[in-house]
Amino acid sequence: MELQHFVAKIHVDGPLGFDPAKVVDVLHKWVAAQSVPGVLLIDVAELLHVPNGPGVIAVGHEADYSLDQTGGIWGVLHRRKTVFPGSNADRIVQALKGAAQTALRLEEAFSGTLKVSRTTFELIVNDRGLAPNTPETYAAAQPEIEAALRTLLGHGDFQVTRHDRERRERFGVTVKSAKPYDLAALAAG
Amino acid sequence: MKASAAIWKERFKGKLPEPLGSEVDQFETEIGLRQQGKIEDKVFAETRLRRGAYGQRYDNGHRYDGTESRKLPFADKPTKGPGTMWDAPGMLRIKIPFGGLNPEQLETMSELAEEYSDGIAHVTTRQDFQLHFIHIENGPSIMRRLAAVGITTREACGNAVRNVTACPLAGVCSDEAFDVTPYSHALAWFLMGHPDTMEFGRKFKPAFSGCAQHACGLTQMHDIGFTAAVREVDGKLQRGFKIVVGGGLGPVPRQARTLTEFAPVEEMLPITQAVCRVFGRHGEKKNRNAARIKFLVDKWGIEKFRAEVVTTRQELREDPRWLEMLKGFEKTAEGPLRPPGEMPKLNGNDKLNQWVRGNVRDQRQAGYVTCAVTLPLGDITADQLRALADTVRKYTRGTIRTTVEQNFLIRWISKSDVAAVFAELDAVNLAQPGSSSVVDITACPGTDTCKLGISSSRGLGGEIRNRLLAKSYQLDEAIKALHIKISGCFNSCGDHHVADLGFYGVSRTINGYKVPHFQVLLGGQWENNAGSYGLPIIAVPSKRAPDAVDRVTEYYVKNRQKDEKFFAFIKRVGKGPIREILEPLAENIPTHDADASFYSDWGDPRQYSIGDIGIGECAGEVVTRYEFELVAAERLVFEAGLHLDRGVPQQGGETAYSAFLKAAKALVQVQYDDVGSEPDEIFAEFKERFFDTQLFFDPFVGPKFANFFFAAHAARGEKFDADTAHHRIAEAQLFIEAVHNCYNKLRSKPAPTAAKS
Ligand code: SF4
Repeated sequence: MELQHFVAKIHVDGPLGFDPAKVVDVLHKWVAAQSVPGVLLIDVAELLHVPNGPGVIAVGHEADYSLDQTGGIWGVLHRRKTVFPGSNADRIVQALKGAAQTALRLEEAFSGTLKVSRTTFELIVNDRGLAPNTPETYAAAQPEIEAALRTLLGHGDFQVTRHDRERRERFGVTVKSAKPYDLAALAAG
Repeated sequence: MKASAAIWKERFKGKLPEPLGSEVDQFETEIGLRQQGKIEDKVFAETRLRRGAYGQRYDNGHRYDGTESRKLPFADKPTKGPGTMWDAPGMLRIKIPFGGLNPEQLETMSELAEEYSDGIAHVTTRQDFQLHFIHIENGPSIMRRLAAVGITTREACGNAVRNVTACPLAGVCSDEAFDVTPYSHALAWFLMGHPDTMEFGRKFKPAFSGCAQHACGLTQMHDIGFTAAVREVDGKLQRGFKIVVGGGLGPVPRQARTLTEFAPVEEMLPITQAVCRVFGRHGEKKNRNAARIKFLVDKWGIEKFRAEVVTTRQELREDPRWLEMLKGFEKTAEGPLRPPGEMPKLNGNDKLNQWVRGNVRDQRQAGYVTCAVTLPLGDITADQLRALADTVRKYTRGTIRTTVEQNFLIRWISKSDVAAVFAELDAVNLAQPGSSSVVDITACPGTDTCKLGISSSRGLGGEIRNRLLAKSYQLDEAIKALHIKISGCFNSCGDHHVADLGFYGVSRTINGYKVPHFQVLLGGQWENNAGSYGLPIIAVPSKRAPDAVDRVTEYYVKNRQKDEKFFAFIKRVGKGPIREILEPLAENIPTHDADASFYSDWGDPRQYSIGDIGIGECAGEVVTRYEFELVAAERLVFEAGLHLDRGVPQQGGETAYSAFLKAAKALVQVQYDDVGSEPDEIFAEFKERFFDTQLFFDPFVGPKFANFFFAAHAARGEKFDADTAHHRIAEAQLFIEAVHNCYNKLRSKPAPTAAKS
């Protein structure tokens, strides 16, 4: 089963300690400097007027980066848009790498007021054609996801929970690691 | 392109309703041909526009980053149209005839917003949806998934028949003559791809209204408008429509003229076909700025236009669909799912009370209400769409409508379900009270995504909304009833002409820096099917536009007579006193060093710019004189509006012409100090220096604004009525804006100031 267009969202730890509108300025600077290697950043979309929505997004051609509030949970999100070569595991690593890099940069920009979780993140396949949100998809994808996570986190002490509250949601899982992971290591891929 | 494109193609193969399925296949083929360079870029651009795939800001591959204009390094591929990068994201407009949707369609919208866009579906002022940041190659997959639930993007953009809009209350309103839903449905599908609509020089927008007195259908501002009416013939009631043509907003708005006071419903489709054929045959093709049907009606006069339509109607070949398409009423028929009920006791829940007061309205059918779902700036998330689909499924027979105020309306809610519906909507933040009120602000996409945006309409809309919401408990009821509508430029996609308080984006140069501004418009009327259009009274800096709302509303509350509506109030007091209270906002703008916030727009921290123009180099006497003359021109155009308000259109039209001259002279003086005051001399100098050199040409509309001046100059001595004076004044205002822009352009280069030799 080919899985593409991963979304990785690393949850924010605790409440957001700053006005999320401030992220707009930071992301504009990223666009101006084209500061994500291998990604063409195009613009910034500020959607904070919509509660529990996509927040503030640096829109790119290959991927988007955002401070996201979907589902009422703040998180730093990386959404792969173009096809990424390699295996499913490579794509999972790449998605988390993008989210972790973004999280580190935002933590630095909002030092003392933003801290992302070192234990919890979501992985979503943003493509219902490839991965309908069914138990069958989960059964097929679970071994690959878990194997990739074991390599990435360096241990198997984590819990993967399928998003099965609502069949119309995209196929996705929430990962909770029993041991804190090193964000910098994730960012390094 | 998404990896699943082939999956969707395979999944829907042979299963999509025709002609929607084969049209998507064609579009996919055209994308392939363009990629191979086998279709010209211009041809491909019109093709994609007719499929609803529109351009978006920065798609020319350049973006101002607050310091300079930088190239966005898109891959080197064939363009999507002249100067439009292949990989640049675009907007997809999705047609929703009469705004009618079912839960499956809402769910599909939610999926598409998540998978292909930014997670948001945007409801437009034409009851459409728009998805932004769409890659062209994902178009076919999106279109297939839409077609699978009976939705098309066909002719959502381009020189075509746009979405057919209709009152969202159609079928349940106590004021309507009859339900216009089936007729709007029939017209939408009858005209789609019709051969008589293929030759248009510009777009064509139809609308339906169930009655004449309310705003919902806005027929007066449409290319063709249908207002339901019933008459008695031989003791029998006969259904029909009053049909109007040639209305429109845009830069210079027009009220539609009456084509016929009554046409039986059976004549609706053939008459419209005849109108389309006349427009296709005789409408302007070359100059797109004069190509809407309103210009043809202006040029010919309504009598000649009517005569031509009557003749054309006679020559049409009989089409069985004229009557057949009116028969399938059950397709759009709506009714209750649950038994009628009583309104719940509302004690104790303030939020519910407020919501019921603002958003719930009795239907004609006893025991049922409509519930408005207010969307901030027309935006809704994928999660919200799914929740809305559930509510619609649970409490109705699966129908909901979008509205031209960028909201949803759920109909056929049993009164006994009101509290439950509220609770479900509230759980997903969709129970914002104040539908159609002052906090329910309409804003076009503006500088967020539109290529033509000058100022941030959505940014301003959001800011005004937040401020009003913060004090909503103290707001006077009279203020709550106002409509605020904002466009990012003069093109009026935010319907600013028909608001109580309208705004459209302009830019000004202060001490060498550009400052985003908004023109404030007064005198528009949302009621009576967009019964009258406002005129600009003053431009204020964007950052002070919310203060303008405060000042105007406070003045209104203090000085209104008992129960006096805002429109009547403005008529009575005139625009002069309002301008006076707003003038301080337009003056004394802090220098860039003192307060740089004035030099960026709402929600966008970048230093403000339009067209990537840098800071000019010249200053001093010439600038001062220019500004002085331009201020005088703006004052003249304002005075012209006052004459019109006082019922002296002749003076209004003539003063507007003086404003043209003053503004043209201001610009000429930048190059030639000694220009005289004779109209012919100003005209000749302007033409030679700015028209013939194309210096004055707008990047998007070319010579349009200069042509306004030329027409006014050529028509000196003409007789004005209220309509023609209104047009002349609106044109003068746009000409002044164009002078500002041209001047900005000049200042980006060392200004040539040599005296005429
Ligand atoms: S009014 Fe202007 S800025 Fe707004 S959407 Fe229309 S063209 Fe764009």
